[in-house]
Formats: sequence, structure tokens, C-alpha cells
Amino acid sequence: MRKGGVLAAVLFIATVALIMVGTIWPVPAAAAYAGAGSLSGSASTPEAAATNLGNEIRSQNWGKAYSGFANKAQFTEPEFVHDLTGSYQSLRTNATLNNFEVFPLHSDNNEAQVRMKFYWSTVVGTSVSTRDLQIVKSGDQWEPEWPIEKMAAVPPQVIPVNYLRWDVIYRGPGDDWGAQDVEEPHVRIIDMHPVERADGVVILGEILNEDVVPAYVSVNATLLSKSQTPIATEGSFDKISHLLLPKQVTPFFILFPGTSLSDVGSVRMTPFSTLIPASADPVIEVDNERLNPAPDASLTGQLINQSGRAVSVAHVLGTFYNKSGQVVWVADQYVDRALLPQTPVQFNIHIPEDLAKNISSQRTVVASYSFESAL
Amino acid sequence: MKLVMLLVALFGLGSVQEAFSQGESLGFPKTVQAGSAFSVQLLGSGEGTLYIVGPGGALKRDVRFGEIWSFPAGSFSNAGHYVAFVTGSSSDGSSEFDVVPASKAADLSFLAKPSRLPVGLHNGITGAIYVFDDYHNLIAVPLPIQFELSNPSGSTQTRSAVTRYGSAWTEFDSTLQQGADKFLARAGDISSLRVIRQVPGDPCELKMSVARSGEKLQLVTQPVRDCSGNAVPDGTIITFTQTYHGAQSVVDVPLKRGIAEVQMPSHVGATISVASGVVLGNQIQWEK
Repeated sequence: MRKGGVLAAVLFIATVALIMVGTIWPVPAAAAYAGAGSLSGSASTPEAAATNLGNEIRSQNWGKAYSGFANKAQFTEPEFVHDLTGSYQSLRTNATLNNFEVFPLHSDNNEAQVRMKFYWSTVVGTSVSTRDLQIVKSGDQWEPEWPIEKMAAVPPQVIPVNYLRWDVIYRGPGDDWGAQDVEEPHVRIIDMHPVERADGVVILGEILNEDVVPAYVSVNATLLSKSQTPIATEGSFDKISHLLLPKQVTPFFILFPGTSLSDVGSVRMTPFSTLIPASADPVIEVDNERLNPAPDASLTGQLINQSGRAVSVAHVLGTFYNKSGQVVWVADQYVDRALLPQTPVQFNIHIPEDLAKNISSQRTVVASYSFESAL
Repeated sequence: MKLVMLLVALFGLGSVQEAFSQGESLGFPKTVQAGSAFSVQLLGSGEGTLYIVGPGGALKRDVRFGEIWSFPAGSFSNAGHYVAFVTGSSSDGSSEFDVVPASKAADLSFLAKPSRLPVGLHNGITGAIYVFDDYHNLIAVPLPIQFELSNPSGSTQTRSAVTRYGSAWTEFDSTLQQGADKFLARAGDISSLRVIRQVPGDPCELKMSVARSGEKLQLVTQPVRDCSGNAVPDGTIITFTQTYHGAQSVVDVPLKRGIAEVQMPSHVGATISVASGVVLGNQIQWEK
């Protein structure tokens, strides 16, 4: 009891001492993030100028970042901020810059080119964006030029929308025993394929809503050993489009970390579906999709929102097939920009390089979510 | 509270049967129809107390032996095995009798599954029925049941069945016509109705046409129907895919007023295809 009291007192004194030290002599980074200082140092090199810019963006010191641009006459500070955070509600709106990297591309005495890779922390994970910046010399200092991407403005208008909407009324608590309830949607797994990857066994497949009503779907899988004892159970989590309209197909991806296919005797699949109120809006076109070979194998394309509602979050899921039509991989990407009506937004889904050579076709579905109502 | 009474009654029933198994019979009828009135003349003389223990409760009366005791209608409504016993100054005795359900159906529990299914499904509709009397006792004696499935156009399928231990079931094929079918089960003059929604199956012979619309292509399907000619419901997803020069454009469009239409970029030499779920439609080579 006495030793415990002494320990508590020591811990309390040490904590107070550390708080005082941190307050009186803060490290520069902490002071900068607290708004009491700046991480920016001398911009005596192009890389230093880019690093200063990255630090200002990370601390959301927009004014200081803007004032340091060599081309600030070409755009306003709000336009710069909207370029980074978006004008409409999207994943980027509440994201913070977690980290950035600077890659020199070219340099001479008066100007240089660097590539900045930004790692944004969003609610669905890290979102990576890349910008190539021109850095110009001004006196003995270097100043970046921001490659502004002005978002296309949607003119004020009224867009009539008359897509179908489904609502669900279930059996009430006062209904008699034996009274009917609404039937849950009928869904079917139309393809399933286990593959072994470095981080474990992956179950890839596709599920179809074969009903005439919308379905909220998810898929669980249980790996069974050769003696039919369960090894592990995992779900598709967000590697699926959960809302399936009638006759719509989504891929799913289930990872079993740390497992080996050689231990697996069979796989038990458990699709789950339930009725969900839904709308047939919005319609999103996936345009100009291209499979890019290794290195940096990827599926690129652009999303075009054909409806009247701004889509806040778009989740692009790509299903990749080999020559015989078998699913060989499923990959996804969250688009961190809002999809405005008829405004193309790029996406880029990474494909593992060892699989890229086996891929001969692909199919893409887009799940969407809107924070706000129609424009 | 009812559960406690039931447990007390069942516990009491066991003890009473043991205590009075060797006693004198009281003259109760062997069987009594649930809810019906009946009377009993207790043999002997003097006064005593009559106890009747059965499913769902117990009853206690002060009685005078030799008199006729009447039990009005509704006194014994729960079907099951009952034990009656008396205690008194002159004689103890017991009797056992069964309360049986009435033979006339008064209520039906009808389970019809599913509430929604595609047209043309063999034995896709099942109906199970449980027959009860006025006091919700399951009627165990065989009763004739009539099942009817009628679609909006008026055609009716019927099946007959006889209950076995209170239940009967049947199966029907879903018809080839979509609509809300009425599924009726009838026992005597009592019936129960359920609605089975028969919905179109997969699209059949999915066809689209392509026309230029300014800079873009206008893709329109013909009215989408299933293989029985039923219009596929609005909201069903139709997928248009355009493949050109190593690239691809895809759009999932919901049916609206029976057709799906969309505008896509125009690419000379593109191959345009249409599909819905796992059903493929026609393919068009755009050369203009």
C-alpha cells in the first residue's frame, strides 16, 4: 500500500514536470501544429520550398501557404483551399494531411520541378494524391507555383428527377402469428474463387441480387480444415457494394490474414441480404476505363454523375477476370472528391503487379453516398 | 401469473393422481367437449370439497354429496387431461376425464410462403394450415381443407387435403403471369387469405438500339420482358458496356417505364453490349 502511494506520487510529479517542460520549451513541430509557430524554414532549395508548403498545408495554415506561391495572382486563396478540400461535401472535406513526400524531378539554376505526394487521412482510410509543382527562384529564395485545378462549377438549375424509390413496411407487432411478412431479397453468389496471397487467403467472388427489390448484402466466409473444423470466419466489410438494386452484381473480397490455402479443405460461404429502402438514383457512368500494364499496373478511368444530385463519396470496385472469365482479383478505391452532375472525376485502382499479366478484362461498379440532397 | 398457475396446476395434477389413484370414481364423463356445459352427480352423502385440476388452472368447490352439480358452458375450455377429486367427511374419491377440442373449426393459422417469388417456379408456393376451435385448441381429428390459388386474371388452382393431427399443407407452382395472387385456405365455413406476389423472372431476349444524339450515342432498350412476356419491373438494373480501342465505358441504368436509356460517348469502331444480371442481350458494332 505504501509502495503504491509512493509510485503514484512519483508518476504524478513526473507527469506535471513533463507537461511543464513541453509547455515552456515545445518542439517546433508541436508548436506549429498548435498554431503558435511555423515549421517553415528557409526556402534556399526547391525541396525546402516544397517541404515548407507541405508543412503549411499539414497545419492548415492556408494563408501562409498561399502567400508563398509565385503564381498567386492566378487564383485566390479560397480557390486554393477548395482545390485541396473540395467545394462540396466529400471525403476530403474533413480530411487532414497526415504526411507528404517530395520527389525532385528536374532542376536548374532558376527553376525546378518536384512531385509532391500527399497522404490524406479520411474516414475510410488514407487517400493519396499527387501534384507536380514548378518551383521558381526569386532572389535567394525558391517559391512554388501551385498547379491549381479549378473545379467546374455547376450552374444553378432545377433538375427534375423521377427515379424509382423503394420503401419497406414490415409486419407489425400487432399482427397475428402466421401473418405474412415481406420476403427478404433473394441473392445468389455467382462466382467464388479462393487465392493465396502473401498476407493470407483471399476469397474473391461476385454476388447477384436476383430479386425485384433492393437488397443490403454482405458476405461472410468460413475456412474449414480438411477435417471440416472451422479455421477462421471473416466478412467482406467494405470490399463490396452493400446496396444492390434488382439484377445488380457486386464483387466481394474477403481476406483471412495469416492463413494458408494448403490448410483449407473447404470454404463455407454465407451470403446475407435484407430489405432496405433505396433509390435508383444516382446513375454513375464509368467512362474511358483502361487497364494499364505493369509497372504501376492499374485500372484508370473517370466517373461521370449522370444524375442531379452531388455524390459525396464514390466507392469504385473493380473485378478483374482472366481469359477464361474467372475472377482473379478484386480491388477498390474511394474517390475523395464530390461527383457533381456531368463532371468527370478520375479514379485509379492499383492492381498487384504479379496478377496484372493474367488480367484480360474487368468490370466496374460504383457505390455512392450523398451527404446532402439534390443541388 | 398464468405461468405460475399452470405450473402449480401441473404439479398438483401429478401429486393428486398419485394420492387418489386408488380412490372411488366420482362419475365424471370420460370426455367433455371444450367449452360445453355438463353436469355430474357426486355419489355419497354429506359435505366435502371438490377439486378439479387440469391444463391452465385448478378449480375448488364446496359440494354436497348426492346432488347434481352443473358446470356451465366455458367452464373447461382448455383441451387436455383433467383430474377431479373430493375430500369430505364420508368419502374421498377421484375421477379423470379429457376435455377434447370441438370438431368444428373456428380459427385457422395459415402460413403461406414465400410472399414474393418469380413466375413459373415449380412447387414454389407452400401453404401450411393449423386448425383451431373456438377456444384456440388445435383440432386433432381429421378435417377436410380446401386450398385455392387464384391470379388476378381469374384462373384458379385448387388442392384438397385432410388435416393430420391438426395441420395440413400443400404446394403450388407459381403461374406464368405476374401479379398479386390470392392464396386461400378453407376449413368448413372458415377461411384465411394470404397474398402471394408473383414477380417477373430474368429478362429475356434483351435488345437495345443505338442512335446518334449530337456528340453522343443514345442507347435505348426495347421494353424489357421476361420469358413469359411479363414486363420486368422498373428499377431493374440494365448494364450498357462500350468497348473501344483498349478502353471501356460502363453504366448501370435502372429501368424506367419499362425501358432503359442512356447517353454514352461516341467512339467509331466501338462494340456496345447490354446485359442485366447474368443475362446477356444483343451486341452492336458502332461504325458510323
